[in-house]
Amino acid sequence: MKSAVIVFPGSNCDRDIAVALEDVTGRKPAMVWHRDSELPDGTDFIALPGGFSYGDYLRSGAMAARSPIMRSVTEAANRGVPVIGICNGFQVLTETGLLPGALMRNAGLSFVCRPVRLKVENSQSLFTSGYNSSEEIVIPVAHHDGNFQADESTLDRLEGEGRVAFRYLEEVNGSARRIAGILNDAGNVLGLMPHPERVMEPAHGGTDGRRLFEGLLETVS
Amino acid sequence: MKARVFVTLKPGVLDPQGKAIHHALEGLGFGGVNDVRAGKLIELDLADGTSDGDIEEMCRKLLANTVIENFRVERLQDA
Repeated sequence: MKSAVIVFPGSNCDRDIAVALEDVTGRKPAMVWHRDSELPDGTDFIALPGGFSYGDYLRSGAMAARSPIMRSVTEAANRGVPVIGICNGFQVLTETGLLPGALMRNAGLSFVCRPVRLKVENSQSLFTSGYNSSEEIVIPVAHHDGNFQADESTLDRLEGEGRVAFRYLEEVNGSARRIAGILNDAGNVLGLMPHPERVMEPAHGGTDGRRLFEGLLETVS
Repeated sequence: MKARVFVTLKPGVLDPQGKAIHHALEGLGFGGVNDVRAGKLIELDLADGTSDGDIEEMCRKLLANTVIENFRVERLQDA
């Protein structure tokens, strides 16, 4: 797998996701700066990392979504290249319009930073084949703006089309229907607030994140 | 030429910041506040001749997220 990690000013999980990807795929991902306009030839997986791109100015992910590289990321996503957006990356994907809805300030106003229990709602996607259907997993979150909101018809469509990938099993941030991660209609773009790259080996306190990348590697290659 | 863009949350969208401000006002003893909604004011200094359409496009493409926010533009008289 030839992966690329997009780096924005203020990204801070870019190295974590790079280590996770190298660990699972055996190949170092290309680190692509936000002002570049082209992805490396043959890129077959793109990761938008967590962090605080542009200091969350205007809205979380708003400035990053308009950076030059995002045009190439959007084109690649539309061609079917798998794209994952984690935390700030999820915010960037909604701001870009690659995923519906918006991520607003947590309902409790506090920054939430702790492991949370999730249910795998769709284990058939590119990204979730490493999990069993309805499995309960634990992955940490660390965010201030993770409160997923969309209008009722969008939420119904996401549910009906199996596009809710992960759901919180506890109250975390006020997200509509406790949605933690969603897929685009083609199934090749995933955005999620929890950080799978932070639970890759037992020393991290869990390995539930590793299976996402292993499942993805199996489906992509 | 200057313009002001007011960005506000759409009605019905939960506004946790507005709620917190509301609670703080009550804590300071201000009664009679029924609700608080927080928004943004963005001031633009624009080249003369910038059209309403241009400003509206700026709002739609960047300044507001129309999934959750409304915007209103107010053009100011040239000083």
